Amino acid sequence: MDINMTLVGQLIAFVVFVIFCMKYVWPPIIGAIEERQATIADGLAASDRAAKDLELAQEKATAQLKEAKVQAASIVDAAKKHEAKIVEETAGKAQAEKERILATGHAEIETERNRAREELRKEVAILAVAGAEKILERSIDGAAHSDILDKLVAEL
Amino acid sequence: MSSGAVLTSQEYITHHLSNLKVGEGFWAVHLDSLGWSVFLGLVFLTIFRSVAKKATSGVPGKLQCAVEMVVGFVDDSVKSTFHGKNALIAPLSLTIFVWILLMNSMDWVPVDLLPHLIHWVTGMPLGDIYMKPVPTADPNITFGLALGVFILIIYYSIKVKGVGGFMKELTTQPFGHWSLYPVNFILETVTMLARPLSLALRLFGNLYAGELIFLLIATIGVFQLPVHFLWAAFHLLVIPLQAFIFMMLTIVYLSLAHEDH
Repeated sequence: MDINMTLVGQLIAFVVFVIFCMKYVWPPIIGAIEERQATIADGLAASDRAAKDLELAQEKATAQLKEAKVQAASIVDAAKKHEAKIVEETAGKAQAEKERILATGHAEIETERNRAREELRKEVAILAVAGAEKILERSIDGAAHSDILDKLVAEL
Repeated sequence: MSSGAVLTSQEYITHHLSNLKVGEGFWAVHLDSLGWSVFLGLVFLTIFRSVAKKATSGVPGKLQCAVEMVVGFVDDSVKSTFHGKNALIAPLSLTIFVWILLMNSMDWVPVDLLPHLIHWVTGMPLGDIYMKPVPTADPNITFGLALGVFILIIYYSIKVKGVGGFMKELTTQPFGHWSLYPVNFILETVTMLARPLSLALRLFGNLYAGELIFLLIATIGVFQLPVHFLWAAFHLLVIPLQAFIFMMLTIVYLSLAHEDH
């Protein structure tokens, strides 16, 4: 082995190369690597978060759907009850109307009958007077005998 | 065999294990080792710098993906071993890992390819061409790297523990009695020196041996092709493993230097 100035030359080259590498080669490359690692880590964390969010949203959606179903069922129920009530009410009203109309009819019929009877009675009185006039063949003083006529009318 | 029958196997191997050298003695410089080393270091920095300039935290391109895989791997290794805060350790580990990986990879270049290319381009006779392209099979290169790491170990030991704390660590363990402090100091100094030595020699030994076997295989004639393939396939393990071990031990040693007892 002959050791000579080659060793010194190599040592100098070594020092220069290491300094160059330390100043201009290592920092940008390791910086890029670490930056990318951070980006990837962030991305993975974000995707994890998104997956969790999605799960939560799905749970929420399911819960809301369930609630909506319950609400819809209760609304339908209420509507059915309301309908039944309306039907009942309407039926009641119709019954009342019917009774009212019937009552009015009855009352009218009654009035009409009374009136007809009154007229009939008057006519009978007139006929009775006329019959009596014919029987007596003389004129009866209407004024003098009106009390008898009235009595007759009342008896009819 | 490259240079004809005039070379014996020993001469062939010795030739291939000789560096392209300028200067004499200690002042000599191995142009091939240092040249390839610096070239491969520049390849590493050019590729990684081009990615760093366009680095985006959005969708990365294919090259950025590849570079980020390496950076992420080194970053994980550093973070699993070194728990302090130090902006130097990670880029240092990245440089060591990729640079050594590239330098080791020169082991896969067939041993005669580069000399023949030079011969073909320049017309120099093959016997005059010296080209040993695996920088980490040159102890100068591995010791250069280990020395850099060693300086950092000493620097951070003193910076974190102070001179007194560092000296205390060297003298008061493993034996607690004051009369044994000199023994402790010798033991701890050996431990301390063993770190860069083992770093450098492990890398050098593995790659030098690998290169030597490639050269031996190149001398056995036509059967070298399947054997060469097997040995090259085996280096799929050796080359990244040695780069990884060098990086990992650097991190461990620096992490020990930061620990205050």
